[in-house]
Amino acid sequence: MTSPEKIHPGPHGPHTSVSVALAGSGGAGVMTAGNMLLEAAARSGYYALMTRSSGPQIRGGEAAAMIRIARDPIECMDDRFDVLVAVDWDNVHRFRAEIALTADSLVIGDPDQGEPHEAFTGSGARYAPVHLKKMAKTIEGGRANMLALGLVAELLGLPEDAVMRAVEKTLGRRPGALEPSLAAMAAGRAAGADLEVEYGLAPPAAQSTSRWLVSGNEATGLGALRGGVRFVAAYPITPATELLEWMSPALAEVGGALVQAEDELASINMAIGSSYGGVPSLTATSGPGLSLMVEALGLAVTAETPVVVVNVMRVGPSTGIPTKSEQGDLNIALYGLHGDAPHLVLAPNSVADCLCTAEWAVQLAESLQAPAIVLSDQFMGQARSVIDPPAPSPAPARRLTAKPDSPDYRRYGLTDSGLSPMAIPGTPGVSYTADGLEHTERGTPSSQASDHLAQLQKRERKLAHGDYAAHWADVEGDGELAVITFGSCTGPVREAITRAREGGLAVRLVSMRLLSPAQPARLAEALEGVNKLLVVEQTHSGQFLGYLRREYDLAAELSSLRKPGVLQFHPDEIHRHLLAWSQT
Amino acid sequence: MNDNSTSKAPSPADYKSEVKPVWCPGCGDFAVLNALAKALAKLALRAEDVAVVSGIGCSSRIPAYTSCYGFHGVHGRSLAAATGLKLARPDLTVVVTGGDGDGYSIGGNHFMHACRRNVDMTYIVMDNRVYGMTKGQPSPTTEPDWDSKLTPQGTGLREFQPTVIALAAGANFIARGFTGDPNGLAAMLVDAITTPGFSFVEVLSPCITFRPEQTEWKRIVKQAAFEQTADPSDAAKQMLADDGFGLGVVYSGQRPPFSARRASDPKPVTALEARFAV
Amino acid sequence: MTGQRPETGREDLPRTVEEFMAYAWAMEVEAADRYAELAQIMDSHHNREVAELFAKLSRIEGKHRDQIAARMGWQQPPDATVFRWSTPEGAETTDYGDLHYLMTPYHALLLARHNERQAAEFFERFAAADLPAEIQAQAAEMAGEEREHVRLIEEWLSRFPPPERGWDEDWDPPNVVD
Repeated sequence: MTSPEKIHPGPHGPHTSVSVALAGSGGAGVMTAGNMLLEAAARSGYYALMTRSSGPQIRGGEAAAMIRIARDPIECMDDRFDVLVAVDWDNVHRFRAEIALTADSLVIGDPDQGEPHEAFTGSGARYAPVHLKKMAKTIEGGRANMLALGLVAELLGLPEDAVMRAVEKTLGRRPGALEPSLAAMAAGRAAGADLEVEYGLAPPAAQSTSRWLVSGNEATGLGALRGGVRFVAAYPITPATELLEWMSPALAEVGGALVQAEDELASINMAIGSSYGGVPSLTATSGPGLSLMVEALGLAVTAETPVVVVNVMRVGPSTGIPTKSEQGDLNIALYGLHGDAPHLVLAPNSVADCLCTAEWAVQLAESLQAPAIVLSDQFMGQARSVIDPPAPSPAPARRLTAKPDSPDYRRYGLTDSGLSPMAIPGTPGVSYTADGLEHTERGTPSSQASDHLAQLQKRERKLAHGDYAAHWADVEGDGELAVITFGSCTGPVREAITRAREGGLAVRLVSMRLLSPAQPARLAEALEGVNKLLVVEQTHSGQFLGYLRREYDLAAELSSLRKPGVLQFHPDEIHRHLLAWSQT
Repeated sequence: MNDNSTSKAPSPADYKSEVKPVWCPGCGDFAVLNALAKALAKLALRAEDVAVVSGIGCSSRIPAYTSCYGFHGVHGRSLAAATGLKLARPDLTVVVTGGDGDGYSIGGNHFMHACRRNVDMTYIVMDNRVYGMTKGQPSPTTEPDWDSKLTPQGTGLREFQPTVIALAAGANFIARGFTGDPNGLAAMLVDAITTPGFSFVEVLSPCITFRPEQTEWKRIVKQAAFEQTADPSDAAKQMLADDGFGLGVVYSGQRPPFSARRASDPKPVTALEARFAV
Repeated sequence: MTGQRPETGREDLPRTVEEFMAYAWAMEVEAADRYAELAQIMDSHHNREVAELFAKLSRIEGKHRDQIAARMGWQQPPDATVFRWSTPEGAETTDYGDLHYLMTPYHALLLARHNERQAAEFFERFAAADLPAEIQAQAAEMAGEEREHVRLIEEWLSRFPPPERGWDEDWDPPNVVD
């Protein structure tokens, strides 16, 4: 791989951000070492982001932990890795596309385990052999991965006590593991000092509050709890399973309950049933599960029952690639329900944003008595990140509920706002039957054209009155050029725009958080003065582009930058494209 | 039935593909692949006349490891796909494979109806009492007190008894095998495949990664635990008395298999048009 | 990981030396094939040392198999699939369930030793059974050979250290694929 010409070093210069990959196989423990590095970075006062990749084996396969550590908040991985440490080389070249190196990078490998694959050295990166395994063997109970950790900590200049505390936290509960690991780490540090290279991080920014270390899936779960969710129906599916597993004990602790369902059809119907009973409810799934759920979501629309479905997108179509990220469920989220069934679709745009968006989704679903689909993805869901703690949340929104014995109660009454009070079972005098059949204002099934039109308009009108102003999108910067995107593409787009701006090119960013109902007036305002609009997305066919063309009357000239999943965008990729595109 | 010009008897190796299984060393599923290959070799079926249909999960990876025609479908719907295949192509030998999560949870409805419909096929469920592929959640055959992240302290739910459900729903052949006895399992599969109708073989297949305690199974399974019978009430009694570790064929009935009714002498489509003439 | 398994039934007793040697041959065939398969399984999981060891054991069993065929002068080898063992599989066949992805050569050799011991016992049963003298003699000879194999494995075993405490500790959690 030839070293790409650096157009601009960007705000994250060589040492305000450092990226490290740890790779190895057969029980080497690189994930654990990566997690310790992440923890150490957090305790040293840095922001960080970690992702993982593995071979197809369930145990013992090749694995890579990829960590970016930075002085300032980060939302995506960098263009390349500065340091790759491989405990062994068994099939590690399968990660070649994800671990891009340049001539400035350093590859550290154990010469007793073989030579580094040309996939990595072909970049021109320097190679430093270190006898990780041999050195580990000189320490009773010592492991090569801990040596690697010490090495990296030394290269990055991470303070000793931060690293030690990170190791203690992880290994504290393993009998007899701590002492040898600390010794191995010390040996690693010494070896690192011998290398005479440095990727030392700039000193961390001053910290006003303590930070959080959290995954997107965990953040989503917590956001849902903040929003008021107290019932979850769960069916395992990659990459949403951890969200459900995190929520299970957490829900119980706050007085809620999680039930494992027999499948996704059951989980969505359970959640709707629970919501009908008055409890804010949620389920989480991925593409194949969402496909099963769309019928019931239509029921939630027609019966006007709130429910939240978190869809952690993975590569599709069909079974696809369960462990990789893509944004291809946009179409089914927006248009997958049969009939005209308006509903809420939201998309968090970073690990931190998963929390706020999930919370907002619950608030909207409850206040508008409608289903909300939250489009997270595998990248954000499974990435672990050091973030600034979220703002304290406002009180969870309440449902508009019917008062006991309301005279002439009409569950689906045609109000100006479209919102009609929902009777909760147990409330006297206002019983009704929720129905997926089209119905009159009182909820009686109806096949009348007038009732159908009235209810269609009611449901549409109801959503138009949602409180979207504050959070519908992140709109940043100014200029005649703008980039519009959603979800995890936002991270690399933001970085690319920052680099462009520093090079003198002004570019606006719109990262849409609310995809349905569409907000044409708000988008028009955000894009005022923009004559060229670049649509960035991680789909093959341009689903987001199609959505924008369909729902919005855009004055600007549209251009599309897109690619399918497995690999995320790099900031550099987008930056180059911005520069070329700005010339046309 | 081997059309090999050398008329050499097929060997199990003829039914295995080059694809290396991703299963963990120690996984029971290797023995099932081995037993299936042995059974197909014993029956001297041509690999191209056998279709292996599966769902999603570790055990559902098996079709690609055979040299037969394979269909790796969506989660829980293998029996439906297999039913369609067999009704369209009654000449094929259809073997359906999957795990306990795929088969009894999301596939539960289809399981019941496949037993009832009694199309001629063999359904092999590799039961490890866990959702392995998604890292350890309970399945319908998991013990009620098995602790997991998703269901701390266990589900509290009584386990499924798949053999009982299969009998009640109408399966024509019901057996239980064990991966610690691949030769016994191979013989059972020969029996299952040659018996017409829906043959259900539940195979206890320990999961070394998520249920390592299941290595104890080899000490508690009971060989020849059943008196094979064609009497459903006798079979029911035996199954209800069984602790889930009895091995052998318990039920082999006489229900004729279901097949689509087709005219033996099909007419052209144009023959139907006459009925619209005024 | 001791390779113990319950008895399943009784072998059919051979009536001629030819039949008996067919049993012996079938046992070696199954053992050789199994070791070869285990070598592939360990190789896919990056356990090179054990994969190579299993491959070597497969070659050794293959040699035994070929020696029997040569000794008997068979044109067509017997059908190995018809045999019923008293154990679930042949006496020298390693149970799939006895593997661990982090197992060491020491573990693999323990399994091999167990297999050879079982084989010796298998032949000793025939040597002591109510069978024609020439079968008993052949069985005794085979048993002696297997005992020699046990000794060779033990010598091989002595070259490997017993596994350290924590040999099966993988700090990383299992991986999701589907």
